[in-house]
Parts: sequence; C-alpha cells; structure tokens
Amino acid sequence: MAQLDTRQKLEILADAAKYDASCASSGSVKRDSRGGKGIGSTDQGMGICHAYAPDGRCISLLKILLTNSCIFDCHYCINRKSSNVRRARFTTDEVVQLTLAFYRRNYIEGLFLSSGIIASSNYTMEQIVEVARSLREDHDFRGYIHLKTIPDADPELVHQAGMYADRVSINVELPTVSGLKRLAPEKSATQIEGAMAATKADILDTADAKKRYKSAPRFAPAGQSTQMIVGADAATDRDIVGRAAGLYGKFGLRRVYYSAFSPIPDASAVLPLKRPPLMREHRLYQSDWLMRFYEFSPQEVADAADDTGMMPLDIDPKLAWALKHRARFPVDVNRAPREMLLRVPGLGTRAVGKILAARRWRRLSLADIGRLTVSIAKIRPFLIASDWRPVALADKLDVRTLVAPKVEQMELFG
Amino acid sequence: MRVVTLETEDDFDGWRDVVRGLVLDHVPPDQVVWQVGDEHGELFTGQVPLAPPSTGAFSVPRPFIDLARNAILHTDRERFALLHTLLVRLRDQPKLMEDQADPLVRKLEGFAKAVRRDIHKMRAFVRFREVQDDGGTRYVAWFEPEFHIVRANAAFFVNRFATMRWSILTPALTIHWDGKRLTEGLGASKADAPDGDPVEAVWKTYYASIFNPARVKVGAMLKEMPRKYWKNMPETALVPALIASAQARESEMVATAKTKIVPGGNIQAAWEALREEAMNCTRCHLYKHATQTVFGEGPVDADLMFVGEQPGDQEDLAGHPFVGPAGQMFDRAMADAGVDRARAYVTNAVKHFKYELRGKRRIHSKPDAGEITACRWWIDQELALVKPKMTVALGATAARSLFGKAMTIGRERGRVLELPDGGAAWITVHPSYLLRLPDEDAKREEYAKFVADLKAAAAAM
Repeated sequence: MAQLDTRQKLEILADAAKYDASCASSGSVKRDSRGGKGIGSTDQGMGICHAYAPDGRCISLLKILLTNSCIFDCHYCINRKSSNVRRARFTTDEVVQLTLAFYRRNYIEGLFLSSGIIASSNYTMEQIVEVARSLREDHDFRGYIHLKTIPDADPELVHQAGMYADRVSINVELPTVSGLKRLAPEKSATQIEGAMAATKADILDTADAKKRYKSAPRFAPAGQSTQMIVGADAATDRDIVGRAAGLYGKFGLRRVYYSAFSPIPDASAVLPLKRPPLMREHRLYQSDWLMRFYEFSPQEVADAADDTGMMPLDIDPKLAWALKHRARFPVDVNRAPREMLLRVPGLGTRAVGKILAARRWRRLSLADIGRLTVSIAKIRPFLIASDWRPVALADKLDVRTLVAPKVEQMELFG
Repeated sequence: MRVVTLETEDDFDGWRDVVRGLVLDHVPPDQVVWQVGDEHGELFTGQVPLAPPSTGAFSVPRPFIDLARNAILHTDRERFALLHTLLVRLRDQPKLMEDQADPLVRKLEGFAKAVRRDIHKMRAFVRFREVQDDGGTRYVAWFEPEFHIVRANAAFFVNRFATMRWSILTPALTIHWDGKRLTEGLGASKADAPDGDPVEAVWKTYYASIFNPARVKVGAMLKEMPRKYWKNMPETALVPALIASAQARESEMVATAKTKIVPGGNIQAAWEALREEAMNCTRCHLYKHATQTVFGEGPVDADLMFVGEQPGDQEDLAGHPFVGPAGQMFDRAMADAGVDRARAYVTNAVKHFKYELRGKRRIHSKPDAGEITACRWWIDQELALVKPKMTVALGATAARSLFGKAMTIGRERGRVLELPDGGAAWITVHPSYLLRLPDEDAKREEYAKFVADLKAAAAAM
C-alpha cells in the first residue's frame, strides 16, 4: 500500500472517530500559557465549541483515533477486525504536530485521542500516553487533553494517562451485560467497571493529596466519563437511566454520553440497519439532566417512562413526569421550595434561581415569571403567581395537547 | 442638559467616574446626554458644560458592576443612560439587583447576555492564519464582532497564545501581541488580513470527516453557529455540499452493509446471541406471567418469514413457536400449498404468552398496542438478520407490528406490500381464525383462501 500522507490519514481516522458522542472540553482546572514555553489555556468550567458540524454536534477537540486497526471484533464498531474499511495509523508525532497546528490557529480546544487496539492493549495504551506526554513535556501544551483508556491496559499506564490528561474515559459500550456479551465478545463488563473504579480511586487519592500539598500533581482534573450505545441492544430507556444512575453513583462520573446507534458501512450482521433514533437519544440526555441538575432521583426519571419503559418521544421527560403527577401542580412560585420549582416543566435552573432571589423582596406576578423564562404559555398550567391561578387549565383533561409541541420536529433539514 | 463625552464605546472606567459624580449631585438620568468621541460634532457644543463632579463614594453591589461591565459593551445607544437609571434606583433599593424580574434589570441583563455570547463566539470563531514577517512567524485573524468586545476579550487570547506573535483585526479596532506587550491600532478591513493558510485545507478535511451523515440536524448547527459568523470561517464553505450529499452517503452506508454480509457463521452466531438475550426480556410486563420467551425459529437464511401473533398455551410451555393447534393448521396449509415448511422462519409479533386465568385454564388474550410496540424491537432484529425475500403477516397483530400501524386485512390481502424497511410483505389471516369458524363450509372456503395466500406469497418472492 502506498504511504498515506497526514491529510489522508486524518480523513480516515477522523471519520472513524465520528461515532463517539463526547466532545466536552469543560470542567478542568484553570490554566494558561503565560510564563510557559508553549501555548494553550483552559477556562475553568467553560468549554469552547469552535465549530458545529451539520449533524448539530459541536467541534471542540480534535477527535481522532491513533489507528483504526483493531484486534477486537465488536459488532457495533466500524473499526472491528472483520470490517472492510480502509486502515490507517498515525505516528505519535503526527498527532502532536496536528494538534499544535490546529490549536495555534484557534480551531480547537485540544485533543481527544482514542484508538483501535493494535498488538496488545498495553502497547496501544503506551502510544496514547506518549502523545499526551510529548504534548505536555516536549511542547508545554496547556490546552485540553481527553484520553480514552484501553479496557485491560496495565493500571500503571492508565495512571500515567491521567497524569497528562484533563479527562480520561472508558466506554461501557452497551447498557446491558447481555448486550455487551453479544456485541462486544472480547470485552467484559467486570473489567470495564474495574477500570472505572481504579480511575475513581486515583482521582480521589490525588484530590486528597492536593489538599495537603499544593504541589501534588493533578490526576484527570476534569474527571472521567463514559459512553453507551443506544438502540443496539434491547435495553429500554428505563434500563438505561438506571444504568447511568448506577455509574454516576458508583464511579463519580462527570458525564454519561449516549450515542444513538448509527448505521455504519460494512456493518456486522448483528446490528439493525436503521437510521439512529436521534429523538430517543435527545430524550435520554434530557433525562440525564434531570438527574444531574434538577434533583430528580433515578426512580422519578424512570417514572416519566411509559408502560414499556420508554420515554415519550413527543414531549420531554420533565413534562411527561409532571403530567403523571398532576396532583403536585400547580406550584406557587411565591412559596414553593426550590426542589418543587425545579419540577415545573419549562422552568430551568437559572430561572428557578432568579425566582428564589426575587421573591425575597416581593411577590411575583405572571408577567414577572414571563420575563424570566423563554415562554410563559407552556408553563402557565403548572403555576400559581400573585395574579394567576390556572383553574380552567388545570381542570382540563388534555393538558398534554395544550402544552405538547404542535408540530413534530423535522429530523432532516429541520 | 449635561453632555458627557466618553473616550471610547467600551469606556467603562470613564462612565463610572462620571456617573459617580452625577449620582452624588442628584442629576436625573434624563438630564444627561452620553456621547462617545466627537460623534455629535458641534451639535451640543456651547451647551451647559459639565460642572466638576462632586467627589465622594457610595457603595454599589458587586452584581451591578459585573452587569455594567458587560452591558456597556453593547451597541444600544441607551445603555449608558439605562445603567445610570438603574444605579440611581439602586441607591433607594439596594437589593434591586436580586429582583431579576424587574423590567430594567431584565433589559440590561439581556444586553449583558448578548455581549457575553458575542465574547464567547469570538473566542470560538476567530481563525488565525500563519504569515511570515520581519519578526518571524505571526498569526493574524480577521473577525467582525457584533458588539464592542475586542478590548475586553484581549486577555483571553494573551493567556491562551502567550508565546505566539499574533494580531486580531476588526473593523473598529486591531490588537497585537508580540509575546510581551499588547498594543492597539485603528480599525482594519478584511483586505488587510492574509487570505490563506495551507493548514486550512487539513482543517476542512477534518471538518468534513467528523460529520456523521446519518444524523443531519441543520437547525441545531445554525442555533450555535449563526450564519453571520460564517463568512470568516473557512470550514463553513463545505456545509451546503455536506448536507446535500448526506442522504446519499447514508444510503450508501446502509447499502454497503447490506451487500457485504455473507450468509453463514456470523448470522447464525448473532441469531443465537439474540435469542439468548431475548430470554431475559423485560421490555413489557408480560414476562412476569409467561413461562418463558418463545423466540422465532427456522433457518437464518430463509427466504420466507412468517410472523404470527403470540405464543399460545402450548408454545409457552414448550418454548417453541407454532406447535399448538394453530401451528398444526399452519403446517397442514403449508403442505397443501406446496411450500417447504422446513425452509421458512417462523416467529411471533409478541414473544410472551398473554392470558387470563379462568378457573384453571389460561385463556389467550390479545396483546395491546404498547406490548406490540415493546416487542417490535425483537422482530426488527430478526428481520435484519434473516432478511427474508418475503415476510408474511399472519393476522392483524402481526401486521400492526410489521407496519407499525393498524392494517385492515380484508383490504390489504392478496398483493405484495412494502415494509417500512423496504422489504416485501404479504398479509393474510392467522391460522387460529380458521379454527374458530363455526360453520364447516365457511371453514373450508377460508382454508382454501389461506392456502392460496401462502402459495401466492411464496410465488411472489
């Protein structure tokens, strides 16, 4: 095979990475390049999306694979051993130079490096760590680095990865153990969770050391995340939410990403050949937000699902929950506690914060609430304000038709 | 009327110094005209000059300062006066900043929010191009901000690119960093900026490759990357072609996948794993009362697939489909139709037995739409694996599952239909319907029609 140039490799190895949903460059420590020899900064908590692709996803990091060759044969993966795709492999220096060239032009926030498994898990992990080491030590790069760790790599290598990276992640791949067994025969749920537990321990240890010694090194300050593929096994939304809640609880994950299974070229026969259920993915992200920011328990989120365990596609899960618990509404914006305000469909965390601050000084009217939210029309049936009581609306049986979106969102060219 | 002239559009310090005096002197906001530079020329010259402001201090809540610093960068002409008004009201209502529902606070927060967004977009959408000058390598960008944010945003770029030499050119102001010092210059035009960089082609390659054509969401892209920024971002030139070719690329992906599969080991292994997974299915409540999941059976490379309604009492106990009275009726009809029963794949729309207990008897009960929908996932997987040339729906429940909507058997019977995934389908009655007919003549007649359907469906492949 003729030698591929960097640009041809990029075409193959970015294409191979496009099924990974995570892109965040947020939540790390604050760093900048003043007084250093290299470039780069991270803005504590704030990620920057440098472009958006026509699939609506943000481009924040240079997201590529080191190689798309793989000795594993996971059925959902375009890079699996039995797939017929073109293969390519970057040298570690190519990745370093590409990252720096893009970063200098302000195209990206940093690097998200993953890889197919070549030779052995340890060899692959060494190569990934070498890219990060070179960026940090040879080039004093202070931008964001996210490294994907390899399931059964030596814990010492994973530890090194965390010393260079802002974030490390390992994918749980499928929400059910049976799905993982069927679709990723070489991976094991126990092994993946073991790696997550080890990373959690590393993060806690260094955070602890940091409290005592200011100079203690940081380990993955932006924490760890994971991804699961939705729609390739039989898991229901209720199963998935339960699984995510378990992962958040056990391993202190910052994020669980959901990636709607997408038809891939040369797909394995095991997989459904259909366009990904994008709305389902969206509803799962909304459910995830309810747990992370709206103080919903996993049981409450699961409660928004229908009898078959799936979230409704036509309305968001918060509205679905509210419609199932009509007795708890309307909520008095001038009296209700924070956790109940957070349950009002259409009231975001910011609006709730503003309501709580403002009502210490005066009673709020419907017009006041209207100024704090995007649309008052959909919230009205669930609220009591100083000049508003939704008697007529609350008694109507079909609140759903009143508040649900009238027109279905177009998926294509919407 | 007092006229106050600020040095620049983003002169927060100048505004603060003056407004402090105005508030101490109790000058009402509507008695002040704010202007920037010499924009109004002589219009106001000769009018009441500004008296030396009173000195003194009063405390202002921190949130107001944060708000004012951003809001003042807005282009709205009223911003200086509105902030002055808010400041006057704050002296009487020190907690006013906490009342975010107040119309004036809201309006100014709106200004600040728009400014913050513009600041964020500048950090995201500035695109440097590498050039060589006397000092070596320099990175130069052309950017058109909506508000007066460039000076306020400079520190961000200094922190990020501290060791690079760079310039950001904008219509109103240019800023330059030489590695040590930040300097300012007059506004520039796009022609002053370099017009190319070889790395841009590599970046465009990345942009095109990371886009997944199976997930086009143009609205979501435009929400975060409005068109007004596009003209200075090289990659956006690719967008129309990427969208236009997305559907073709997706179809190609699916088509490649369809042709590459070799019948044999992989499918058999996949089917066995799928069946094993189905044994633990809890997607609806039916699993709680049924004995076991009754999965489909037959060769995984079958050309004909038959989909019944659900396992009955005998199937539930045996764990195999089509073994009860209806299954025997089906076998007989297949033989009479001359279709090889052993070469067909048979399965059910719902994989658990649903029944009502009457005394000691378990009476079949029709699955509802929710149960059919929950179970549809399995049928979809079986269809994807077996890829039959013809799928025959036996009865209304099977038709509903396969087509995703209610189908009238009488109307759709007797011709080839197209499934949502593109495959060919045929609809006929369920064999149990023949068992239930009380009248012998009708039974004979319907049986003959059923056999004719089986024959015709097999012939239509």
